[in-house]
Amino acid sequence: MSRLASTLVTARDRYAKKLLVPYVTAGMVAGWPEMLQACFDAGADAVEVGIPFSDPMLDGPVIQEASRVALERGTTFQGVLDGIASAGLPGPVAVMTYANLFFHGGYTATADRLAAAGVDAAIIPDLPLDEAGDWRAAARLRGIETVLLAAPSTPDDRLALICDAAEGFVYSLGVMGVTGERASLAGSATVLAKRCKALTGKPVLVGVGVSTKEQAVEACSVADGVIVGSALVRRVASGAGASEVARFVGDIRSALDARQ
Amino acid sequence: MGRVASLPTTGRSLTEVEADAQAGTHRRAATGLKALVGSSAGDVMRSPDDRGRFGAFGGRYVPESLVPACHELELAFRCAWTDPAFHEEYRRTLASYGGRPTPVTECPRISRELGVRLLLKREDLVHGGSHKLNNVVGQALLAMRMGKSRLVAETGAGQHGVATATAAARFGLECTVYMGAVDQARQALNVFRMQLLGAEVRSVDAGSRTLKDAVNEALRDWVASVEDTHYCLGSVMGPHPYPWMVREFQRVLGEEAREQCRAILGGSDPDIVVACVGGGSNAAGTFAGFADTRARLVGVEAAGGAAMRNGSPGILHGMHSYLLQDADGQIEEARSISAGLDYPGIGPEHAYLASVGRAEYASACDEEVLEAFQLLSRLEGIIPALEPAHALAWVVREAGREIPHGSSVLVTLSGRGDKDVDQVRAALIAPPEAREDQPVPPRAATPEAGSRSAGREP
Repeated sequence: MSRLASTLVTARDRYAKKLLVPYVTAGMVAGWPEMLQACFDAGADAVEVGIPFSDPMLDGPVIQEASRVALERGTTFQGVLDGIASAGLPGPVAVMTYANLFFHGGYTATADRLAAAGVDAAIIPDLPLDEAGDWRAAARLRGIETVLLAAPSTPDDRLALICDAAEGFVYSLGVMGVTGERASLAGSATVLAKRCKALTGKPVLVGVGVSTKEQAVEACSVADGVIVGSALVRRVASGAGASEVARFVGDIRSALDARQ
Repeated sequence: MGRVASLPTTGRSLTEVEADAQAGTHRRAATGLKALVGSSAGDVMRSPDDRGRFGAFGGRYVPESLVPACHELELAFRCAWTDPAFHEEYRRTLASYGGRPTPVTECPRISRELGVRLLLKREDLVHGGSHKLNNVVGQALLAMRMGKSRLVAETGAGQHGVATATAAARFGLECTVYMGAVDQARQALNVFRMQLLGAEVRSVDAGSRTLKDAVNEALRDWVASVEDTHYCLGSVMGPHPYPWMVREFQRVLGEEAREQCRAILGGSDPDIVVACVGGGSNAAGTFAGFADTRARLVGVEAAGGAAMRNGSPGILHGMHSYLLQDADGQIEEARSISAGLDYPGIGPEHAYLASVGRAEYASACDEEVLEAFQLLSRLEGIIPALEPAHALAWVVREAGREIPHGSSVLVTLSGRGDKDVDQVRAALIAPPEAREDQPVPPRAATPEAGSRSAGREP
């Protein structure tokens, strides 16, 4: 078991914790690596780092805009990896980006670069199970885990394959839709998390449409944890610094720890 | 990744391909042709393999949320396309509503000027003004078979948006069309046409605000609406089964053209078959009709969006194909006078046809396109859309060079130019910097004067 999976499983099983994974788009502001550190300081179990791509088709307006700004600021693939490497983070890091950046760099070379930067896992939304074989083979050789997405629309037989192949954790999509904040947690979020939990002992985390501590607690009535992205990115985009990021993440952490 | 995998890996598909190949053999035998196009002649433009690949290209690179919808669509298409009742309704609609078959028109005056025999497949005469109706009628009928009540579509020049809105009105489906803000500005009339037809047109302000961003936005809509919505994709691109399905729905134009050309050319096929390529749907439909002939197949891209000539392999919008991208793999913006060809990728089957040498891909620049646009208008009384004006521009440029004198050349005239007249008028009033030393007086905007100022003199 690699570092992401072992860290999450240990936190869940030994410390009976619900898992919290904040997401930040790399390069959207100059101090983004400090934001990651602030997330860990506030009790994150791992962080997800978005590597900006020109055409983020699974992302809603907030992360689209953050990606655009990051690219406009001159953010590059290697620049993001350098930022991660030099941040010296205390916990696991998963990068999230779209398939073309990995394909263009070559799967083996990309896995090498991620490993060299200390990245533990990759989340590639437009690389579904059926297309992920070549990448997964290259990644496994370098100890990079590939997190797979499960969707509310995924039929049972396919969900079993995804849960079986997932590494690190199962990314259980909270809603049929793109990333972004929602007024309430969609009913589909806990339904899918429950289906995943019935199929695997791997950590099941709900992401997309989890934007408040209340929604995080609700998702964790079934799931092992949550990923919080747009709500955090929106705060950073409107000027929040590392301390405000820490406060936002810390609030969710406390709410998850306080749940019955 | 291997460049060419001409045989699929499973039994079912193999059988299919063998049947296809036999049918192809019969066709070739009937016309007395040997396999003149390389070892892959029997395979080109057949079904993709089970993973939706044409050789190394294609696939289904979509978020998990959309994978089941793609499976559902593939199954529905396979069933429909082997169902005679579906074919009957599709053909009947295209005939009685769409105006098919469209003619092939000889162009004696322009032929004399160029020294080649030019034939045009007249998709500009299809209802709505372009070949796009062939595809949307097929997809709308399919959507209804799947029980979907809403169509969502992307559009560049507005041709596919207008066609989708047309089919939606005809069949009583709800319709939302995404269009880049830049394209909305240059194709304002088409926005109004779509609205007249009852569609909601949503402006896309992200990225380059053109076709590629409209595709992103349509995909985002579909992720959230897939239960009751069919994504009516307009070209031979996107995830499997779209590149294959859209080509099959456009095949009708190529098959008609082959028979019509044989009637005109005394049983022969044209020496060269030319079509413009953005995503590449009219070219795919055209080439499908001629893949097993000896005709040379040429796709013409916009010089500012020439993914095949200037791009490299990558993954975008659900497919593995050629893309314009920078050193990091970020997608670059295409730039062309034609909103319909303003796309940084190309359909995966075109990438495959290029890789096995069955088709070649050239490009034409905006200047050449404006010249060809005027030439066809003036000499044949046909105002082409800017998109097929690229195909014409290549013929005009290469006649007597790449195209030997006396060759017969079929160009698919994929759409009519009404939508572009205003933009061409503006371009001729304020020509590009290259012509700054010869200011064109405002009255050059009249078609006559405009054509004289930029057209090729005989």
